[in-house]
Amino acid sequence: MTASIIELTVSAQDRRVARYATAAIALALTEAAMPTPLPGVKPGLANIVILLVLLRHGWREAAWVAVLRVFAGSLLLGQLFAPGFFLAAAGALASLAVLALASRLPREHFGPVSLSVFGALAHIAGQLALARLWLLPSDGIYYLVPVFAASALFFGIVNGLIVARLAQEIS
Amino acid sequence: MRVKAWLSLVRTGDWIVLASTAAFVAASFPLLWRTGPATYAEVRAEGQLIARLPLTERRLFVVRGPLGVTTIEIAPGRARILSDPGPRQYCVAQGWLVRPNAIALCAPNHVSLRLTGPTTHDSVNY
Repeated sequence: MTASIIELTVSAQDRRVARYATAAIALALTEAAMPTPLPGVKPGLANIVILLVLLRHGWREAAWVAVLRVFAGSLLLGQLFAPGFFLAAAGALASLAVLALASRLPREHFGPVSLSVFGALAHIAGQLALARLWLLPSDGIYYLVPVFAASALFFGIVNGLIVARLAQEIS
Repeated sequence: MRVKAWLSLVRTGDWIVLASTAAFVAASFPLLWRTGPATYAEVRAEGQLIARLPLTERRLFVVRGPLGVTTIEIAPGRARILSDPGPRQYCVAQGWLVRPNAIALCAPNHVSLRLTGPTTHDSVNY
């Protein structure tokens, strides 16, 4: 009987994704320790990493980093498959979907700030949609939309500026 | 880094995106926080709806519960629990209810008062 050898080749891309995902997870964990006035109102610092990956290496790699961040982040926080995990996943998927479209906008006019704002608003829209359909099936949730949208816009701008600055320094 | 340097990172299209999303967010406040005036008061005893009173003129409404009598005062556009036999008087202390979906619970006496508006959300609003 011959011993079967399964060799998993690790590409440079895999290593890159892992490295970026680590940074995103570290930021997500740091953020989880910060106090927030309302659950869901937080800076979303991990998205800085995801947007940088999107700009430098394309949507597919950014999607990998985002998905790994959601899984590993909630695993480390003991939230895996808890409601918070599904909210994070809904937000990440919605924002990746919007970013897939938004990243096709001409780069010379629409920079990281646009992408970040679109991503942040899509993130909160995905979360609220899931919350409305599943976790809190009542219209009372619409009452929170303006608060969440305003905070997403604010942090979207801030994160977008940080991404623009980092992209400028790297290049 | 100076403000000017940060501003240089925002491109033409970004300004358009910022202006339109900011307008959208600003519009969501009045749109989603507009509740309108409360029009009816719903009184429940033992979880059953026992009265739906229009908030048009002043009147008193009396409900009998396991502890005794809870008195509800109805007035134009608002309502309150005037008196209740409960030990802690939370629902009385709550005072006038004005907004649609506002609710006062007199739990010990199994009585609740809830306002409804033109839009009927089926939950307590925040």
